[in-house]
Amino acid sequence: MALLEVKDLKVRVEEREILHGLTLTVNEGEVHAIMGPNGSGKSTLSHVIAGKPGYEVTDGQILFKGEDLLEMEPDERAAKGVFLAFQYPVEIPGVATMNFLRTALNAQRKARGESEYSTPDFLKKVREVSKSLNIPQDMLKRGVNVGFSGGEKKRNEVLQMALFEPSLCILDEMDSGLDIDALRIAADGVNALRSPKRAMVVITHYQRLLNYIVPDVVHVMSRGRVVKSGGKELALELEASGYAQFEAA
Amino acid sequence: MNVAVAKTGSRRAVSDLFASAEGRLPGSPDVIAARREAFESYERLGLPHRRIEEWKYTDLRALVGEVLPLAAAPDAAASKRAAEAVKAHAIAGACKLVLVDGVFAADLSDVKALVAEASFKTLRETLEKDAGLLKTASTDAVIALNAALATDGVVLSIADGAQLSAPIQIIHVATAASTSAYTRSQVVVGKGARVTIVETFVATEAEAYQVNDAVIVSVGDNADVAHVRLMDDAPDAVNITSQFVTIGANVKFNFFNMTTGAAVSRLQGFITLAGEGSELSVNGVNLLKKTEHGDTTLVVDHAVPNCVSREIFRAVIDDRAHSVFQGRIIVRPDAQKTDGKMMTRALLLSDEAEADNKPELEIFADDVSCGHGATAGALDDSLLFYLKARGLPEKQAQALLIQAFVGEAIEQIADDSLREHVIGIAERWLEQRS
Amino acid sequence: MPAVQETVERVKRIDVDQYRYGFETLIESDKAPKGLSEETVKFISEKKNEPAWMLQWRLEAYRRWLTMTEPTWARVDYPKIDFQDLYYYAAPKPKKTVSSLDEIDPEILKTYEKLGIPLREVAMLEGVEPKVGEEDPARRKIAVDAVFDSVSVATTFKAELKKAGVIFMPISEAIREHPELVQKYLGSVVPTSDNFYATLNSAVFSDGSFVYVPPGVRCPMELSTYFRINERNTGQFERTLIIADKGSYVSYLEGCTAPQRDENQLHAAVVELVALDDAEIKYSTVQNWYPGNSEGKGGIYNFVTKRGDCRGANSKISWTQVETGSAITWKYPSCILRGDNSRGEFYSIAISNGFQQVDSGTKMIHLGKNTSSRIISKGIAAGKSQNTYRGLVTAHRKATGARNFTACDSLLIGDKCGAHTVPYIEAKNSSATFEHEATTSKISEDVLFYCIQRGLSQEEAVGLVVNGFVKDVLQQLPMEFAVEAQKLISISLEGSVG
Repeated sequence: MALLEVKDLKVRVEEREILHGLTLTVNEGEVHAIMGPNGSGKSTLSHVIAGKPGYEVTDGQILFKGEDLLEMEPDERAAKGVFLAFQYPVEIPGVATMNFLRTALNAQRKARGESEYSTPDFLKKVREVSKSLNIPQDMLKRGVNVGFSGGEKKRNEVLQMALFEPSLCILDEMDSGLDIDALRIAADGVNALRSPKRAMVVITHYQRLLNYIVPDVVHVMSRGRVVKSGGKELALELEASGYAQFEAA
Repeated sequence: MNVAVAKTGSRRAVSDLFASAEGRLPGSPDVIAARREAFESYERLGLPHRRIEEWKYTDLRALVGEVLPLAAAPDAAASKRAAEAVKAHAIAGACKLVLVDGVFAADLSDVKALVAEASFKTLRETLEKDAGLLKTASTDAVIALNAALATDGVVLSIADGAQLSAPIQIIHVATAASTSAYTRSQVVVGKGARVTIVETFVATEAEAYQVNDAVIVSVGDNADVAHVRLMDDAPDAVNITSQFVTIGANVKFNFFNMTTGAAVSRLQGFITLAGEGSELSVNGVNLLKKTEHGDTTLVVDHAVPNCVSREIFRAVIDDRAHSVFQGRIIVRPDAQKTDGKMMTRALLLSDEAEADNKPELEIFADDVSCGHGATAGALDDSLLFYLKARGLPEKQAQALLIQAFVGEAIEQIADDSLREHVIGIAERWLEQRS
Repeated sequence: MPAVQETVERVKRIDVDQYRYGFETLIESDKAPKGLSEETVKFISEKKNEPAWMLQWRLEAYRRWLTMTEPTWARVDYPKIDFQDLYYYAAPKPKKTVSSLDEIDPEILKTYEKLGIPLREVAMLEGVEPKVGEEDPARRKIAVDAVFDSVSVATTFKAELKKAGVIFMPISEAIREHPELVQKYLGSVVPTSDNFYATLNSAVFSDGSFVYVPPGVRCPMELSTYFRINERNTGQFERTLIIADKGSYVSYLEGCTAPQRDENQLHAAVVELVALDDAEIKYSTVQNWYPGNSEGKGGIYNFVTKRGDCRGANSKISWTQVETGSAITWKYPSCILRGDNSRGEFYSIAISNGFQQVDSGTKMIHLGKNTSSRIISKGIAAGKSQNTYRGLVTAHRKATGARNFTACDSLLIGDKCGAHTVPYIEAKNSSATFEHEATTSKISEDVLFYCIQRGLSQEEAVGLVVNGFVKDVLQQLPMEFAVEAQKLISISLEGSVG
């Protein structure tokens, strides 16, 4: 069943059109990779799906589980199960990570009409997940992402993904700024979350990440559109031939 | 005083107020003379206005206009309400000293529970013999008016070396609408003593009342003092507080103020580091909404070498509220090796909110390290979006960021339960924000 | 470190009072009678052959001035000025319209030779075109308007500027030749009623520079005015008006000196800048009025009103000042950011030594949408001086998206001086983003020791550290000025250590 349907989406930022009619369908359980050169509109797509202010949708629609996502506030989208792993996770001084995790999780559960997590259950869950991601406990006491290394920030994103159990994960340039070891830890965390009920959209410039998170479908974006789609072999093809062939189009 | 012709309506009212109150005010002939002198000095100046540099952003003539009559003694019903208010605002384990409508209320206070090392008198008692407490070096009109009209207050003296574990909480309760209360208190902390003083300003069903409070603190060498003020007045009240602190050598003095109420409030603190090797920490939070005007004015005077001062101030301003922070660090010519820093930040939650910051440095010694920083701005959109993308609704995301913002100042309170008490008041303010 | 070496050599050459511009030029001058009255105002206007409207404007200002009192809020302390004990107009004789250099009194030309700053301008004044290979090719042409006491004596490169459409002339000439421009803009930024000194200036200003850059024109050279007070007991009240029309650009330099005298001399100038849509004005000042002697005697009282109006959208005004002179400085070059997306900048070095008192800073008034401003102020106090930064940053309710960054740093040299910072920061809407930081410190003993251990003298080491401290501001000056300013800084601090 289609989890995410993006139909003929046109998006402007400050009078300039970035997406010129983008169409994309992601089904439950699938992992899609979106590749493309800088400025092709990959990050814009992820931001619009999550509801970041500053983007003007001039045409088209985004359906999530059949509902109109564009009508929802960012927090409502999160509660529905949309999760964006940020390319550059922000630092929030003064807000302890643990407090943040619990507040966010309970806000989502409340919005869905579910009961709030009890403290022991919550702590148990956080401990489990953080251990598997190699996140030390004292990191959770610090302000959100404050003083975290690039790898720690990305692991914190994966930790949240595991805790919140979203049905759609969008990973925006997860590999940026990570060395191979850090990338492997983060990718292992993501792979552990693959399930038949959950879809993933992996946005990346480089094929490298796709060695670790192997996609079912690969899309190539150029100038605000999906210009080619194919299997995982398309990524390797791109690695060999580059994006130039699509740029010219 | 044959100047009646030139007086405006409100000035005449103050004049009449003093004339009618004079008989009821406590004091020996000396005290009466001191009050007259203070009142004449007030008469010459009138209420402060914006052309007086120190009051540039808080024009009392425009904001307050008239001075209200002194409150009468509370009736039984008011006393009962006051007792409930005291209960609601008391800090667990604290020894309470309560002033209701500007007069000490023995029945609501824990005088008997005070330890032997803490001697206590009311201002009223003190003034029977001595006019000294009515005198300060200040030329400020509101302080002169306070000296003229002070009805009562708390006069505390902590013995040398005393280690008080329980805080002493002075609670000011207003019960009468459209009246004013003038209080003046003194706290003398002996050498090597350790004490926590909390002052709480609250109201019970009273509206549009005025508070003019003055506190004179002197701290002996090697003492360790925490002083917390919580100005949680009724929404339409006026609270003008003046505070004079003189600090001896090798002292640790930690001051915190939070303003969460009052239509017009001003805390003006004059803190002098008069002994070497002391560490001063001054912190404050203004949480303002509707059309509230909250002013914190702090002068930290490094009169001697080798002291450290740190100031952290945060203002959160919603609706059409107006926050003022004026912080001056003075380093006198001999005060070498002074280390003085001040940081003030204002968070504007509404397009009509206003924040005025005036952080000043006045430096007359060269071997110093001083600085200040000031910022003003809205909540960071990228932080808000991050929190919303994680499922927090707008208001909740804002509240979390606001708590973190004021947390930097509140964290400076060392005592856990006191800090929790303060966080509780801040959280209540956030919840009331609709 | 060639600059440091040169500084040291220069320092060695100067006398005890460290002011090398303190000579007097012996020329006859034409003075108005002492004192201020409507007659004085009329006398000045008549001397200048002004039209009736100008005299009217002056008289209105004078009458207004009579109702005003001197401001006292600045942190400066000086004996009350007797405004009736001053001359309000002094022109070098022979007094006639100067159209070529030959007509300038040779004594004045000699004066320029004695002044370090405009030496190469003298060559230009003499009309000597650089021969190929002789002149530093990197050195740009500078058009100079020299104001001696109250009158503009020469403006160079008039013809070349005219070709570009740029009007650069003494304001007294502009009043006659371009009345429509003067009437439209004079007093439109600093109204005649603005403040005590500006109002006084409006009544008695004698000369100054006028610049108009037409739409779309990038002024082909730096414009420069050089001010000098020579006469005894003379107030200098010059008035500068610069208009950059749509899409134009102009860079303007201003230098000032005065002879050494025991009595105090008054300088009350007004500078008005108007930048229309997409225009940019860069205004640089090196102020080196006589600061008084080592006992605190004499020196210039410098009460100046400088204000720029970013009237058009996307306009920009940038003030850069190096203030080393004057006994008293009272000066706040400001920007009114009226146009949407306009930008104001203020870069300042204020150095005080001896008994100097400086109260200087800026005002950034954000009125338009998405306006931005930047303030970098470096104050250095030495000797027994007092040095105050006073600044206002304000964003009005409708000035959405206003941004300001302010950094003011003070350096104290010696324990008899004072450095003060008085910022007013007013945010009246939530989209304003203001950041302000200030520090006060002394030169680190460790740094000094490090330099001395590497072979620098104490003075060289201080010069090095100070030049590093003010680097951010020096970089804003046009190249020719930056080098001079750097030398001036070291000279100003001579005698402050050890």
